[in-house]
Amino acid sequence: MTAQRLYEQLKTFQESKGYFFNDDKDMTLALLDSLLVNKERLGYMACPCRLASGDYEADKDMLCPCTYRAPDVAEYGACFCGLYVSRAWLDGSIPRVTVPERRPPEKVLAGLGL
Amino acid sequence: MAPNVKVFALSTCIHCKQAKQFLDDKNVTYECVHVDLLTGDDRKQVIEEVKKVNPSLSFPTIVIGDTVIVGFRKDDILTALGG
Repeated sequence: MTAQRLYEQLKTFQESKGYFFNDDKDMTLALLDSLLVNKERLGYMACPCRLASGDYEADKDMLCPCTYRAPDVAEYGACFCGLYVSRAWLDGSIPRVTVPERRPPEKVLAGLGL
Repeated sequence: MAPNVKVFALSTCIHCKQAKQFLDDKNVTYECVHVDLLTGDDRKQVIEEVKKVNPSLSFPTIVIGDTVIVGFRKDDILTALGG
């Protein structure tokens, strides 16, 4: 599997749900590549911008597309990673801002046994 | 004197890569810790360190002198570096 192939596999389906890939193709492919790295390392595609615990159950909420994508795209037009964005974000009708982390830190700590 | 710069990053995180590239382009010397590549006690210890300065435990967390910048925020980085 390559990042380009993953891109092609996901694009149509995700777009049908209103989620578009970031138009910075280099960034998008780098993120998809990182998802493949996580798949190789952890066995599942954990969000590349978050610290995974390695425990599937504990990381379930941050499997891509994560639980936080919908509220993030609704509020900011982009997910935390910036992989998925809205039509409005793409056409410039809303500003492109840094998306703050929505995942509760307790989740990170619990997954790490802290 | 240039402030001490430390970047807590994930090896897979695009915002971390972009932040590091930005610092490289500005010729800033910094220490970078890839938290996802650490294991066991090393990981726990660094997470405690990150938690103290960024309770949301997100990445990148960039410490420039006494300033903590959460996420890749160019303007904040430049301000913290002293313009």
